[in-house]
This record gives sequence, C-alpha cells and structure tokens, in this order.
Amino acid sequence: MKNPLRSEAEAFQFLLGSVVYFALIVIAAVINRWAGFAVFIVLTAGVLWWWFRSRRVEAPRQTSPAHRGAPDERRILVVANETVGGEALREQIERRGEGFRTRVLVVSPALNSPIRHWASDEDPARAEARKRLDTSLQRLQESGIAASGEVGDADPLQAIEDAVRTFGPDEIIISTHPEGRSHWLERGVVTGARERFAVPITHVVVDLEAERE
Amino acid sequence: MSAHAEAHAAHPPQAHQSSRVDARTLGMFLFIASEIMLFGSFFTAYFFVRVAAGTPWPTPGLHLPVFVAGINTFILVTSSFTMHWALQSIKRGNRVGLQAGLSLTFLLGLSFLLTQIAEYSRIGFAPYTDAFGTIFYCLTGLHGAHVFVGLTLLLAATIRSYRGHYSSEEHLGVEIPGIYWHFVDVMWIVVYTTIYIL
Repeated sequence: MKNPLRSEAEAFQFLLGSVVYFALIVIAAVINRWAGFAVFIVLTAGVLWWWFRSRRVEAPRQTSPAHRGAPDERRILVVANETVGGEALREQIERRGEGFRTRVLVVSPALNSPIRHWASDEDPARAEARKRLDTSLQRLQESGIAASGEVGDADPLQAIEDAVRTFGPDEIIISTHPEGRSHWLERGVVTGARERFAVPITHVVVDLEAERE
Repeated sequence: MSAHAEAHAAHPPQAHQSSRVDARTLGMFLFIASEIMLFGSFFTAYFFVRVAAGTPWPTPGLHLPVFVAGINTFILVTSSFTMHWALQSIKRGNRVGLQAGLSLTFLLGLSFLLTQIAEYSRIGFAPYTDAFGTIFYCLTGLHGAHVFVGLTLLLAATIRSYRGHYSSEEHLGVEIPGIYWHFVDVMWIVVYTTIYIL
C-alpha cells in the first residue's frame, strides 16, 4: 500500500487527484443526483483498488554497528529459538572467533501467539524464552563456549536489531531447524536479516533430532 | 558488570531508525493521521445531521456563499501550486524561487483565512442558530484553525528562507510544512464539496 503523503511532491499529486476526483463527482451530481452517486462509487472503488495494489519495493535501511571492545575482540551474536546447541553451531562459533578473543551473546526471542501479543500478554512467552536461554547457555558452556544471554523481542528481526544496537556484533549467527520444520525460514528471517544488517550473517541449520539419533 | 551493561557504559546505543521514513516526516504523518480522525468525527456528525436526521441542507431561508467559497477554493489550490514551486526551486538551488514561492503561498493562505472570517461576519446565521449552523461553523472553523497552523509553519519557513536557510540538499523544513499544507488543501476540497456544493 502506498502512502500518498510520503513527500511534498506526492502530497501535491494527491491534491491534484483529489481535485479531479471531487470535480468529476460534482459534475455528475449536477447533471443527475444518482449519476453523481454512481461516479462516486466507481471512482472510490477504482482509487481503492489502485491504492492497495501500488506497493513500493524498497530495500530496507541497513544497520551497520560500529566495532566495540578491544581490537582483538570479536563479538558474535547468536540468535536462536529452540535450537541453540548442537555440533554445527559450536563449530561455527569456534570458526568465526578463531584468532580473536570471542564474546558471545545469545538472544532468545520471546516468541508469542498473535492473540497474546496483541493483548500484551508477554509474561509466559518471556518465561519460556528465559528457560530456553538458560538451557542454551548451559549447552554452550558444556561445549566450552562462555556466553551471556538475553531474552529478545517477540519478532526475531526486532530482537536482532535491538542486540545489534546494544551489543555491536561483528558476526551474527542465526540458528534454525532444517527447511520444512523451521518457521523462521518460512517467514524469511534469515533473508530479512541479511537485508537489514550490514554484518556478516551465517545461517546454521541445527537438526537436533538427527544429532540425538 | 555484564557485557551488555559494559557496552552501554562505553557507548550509548544508537537511536533506533529501522523505519524507511525520516523520523521527522514520520512525525508529520502521525500528526496528519490524527487530524484525519478529528475531521472524520466532525464529518460523521455532519452526515448524521444531514442524512440520518434528515435535516434540510441548508436550512430553508439560509444561503451559503457558494461563489465566494469557490473563489476561496481557487485561492487555496493555487497556494498549493506555489508551495510546490517553492520546494522544486530550492531543490534546484534557486533561492529566489523558494522565497517567492513561500511568500506567495503565505499571502494566498492569509487571503483565504481573511476571506473566510469576512464571510462569517455576513453569512446571516450563527453556530447556535440550529444543527446546520453548528456543523457548518464547526467544520469550516476546524479547517480555518488548520489553515492558521499551516500559516504559522509557512511564516517560519518563509523567514528562514530569507535568512539564508535551506539548500538543494537540506530542505526538510520546507518539505514538511508543504506536506501539511497540501493536506489542509485536500481537507478544504472535501469540506467545500460536501458542505457547499452537494
């Protein structure tokens, strides 16, 4: 949907369109009241159809965090819902932090149902996310990786954005289930993150079921 | 101190700006959105009085100054053209065009407002006359108040233009009042069409 008042030039075009729209209705209504009503219906339907169809495709504004900490420090942001742990993720973190002093922050988005989200009922989702986060940190510690963590926004992209602003990562690792089982992949979280953040982003597929077997 | 707190202590986090729209322009959109709702409530009252309550429009014996309001509409629409010209001028680095455009827009807007006030003084009915009078004065008065706000913004932009502000790269101070001014014009076209003509 296009915002007709995005700039002065577009607002001016909107004004000209309004002049034409109302002029046509008035002319038709002067001829015949019902003709005016018919022109109003047809024009309004046409305008609404055009308005809903006109959609801008613009690249989002990219966020590029400044490097924080000492020059030899590498900050890695790990974003995962249920899939922190697993050999693939541990290998990635080690590979990405090779030769640096690594600082890892794990963010667990407080995923919520749409109804609970709109009702601002976030406490259970945050408590669940906190539990998953504690388990994740424990697993990483068992793998020899010291990490801190926090519960993030319900929207994974917003959770990443928040962490990018406050943590300033040099790398982002997004851990998901394999394709077909991952809601995040279906929702384009990895693609969206690559568009929005000017930071190297690695997508790690963690198949916990396969690893367990 | 946790890593998180440490980062905060060393550098305050940058302001969030994930929106693709400039924050100041976004502020104007939100303001306009609230204005549309305000006008919407007044129009709802108008349509209720006229259509649902079946009040004759205008009340027999009273006459609306359709011709003068038509001239006023022409003045206001012309002011949008001069506003657009002003912004296009500064985008091309033409300061004289900006100053002339803004000055003309201000004068045209002021003419509209003064004409509206003059019409009020001899229109022959008052807000307390009947429901028709109340709605008429509420809608046109509400719009007049918006024109006054627009004129204040335009006056500030005009003064700044004469003081050498704005350039072909930096002209948001003209762009935002321009968006507001066009919105005020669109609202007048709606008011004029529904109240005076139809």
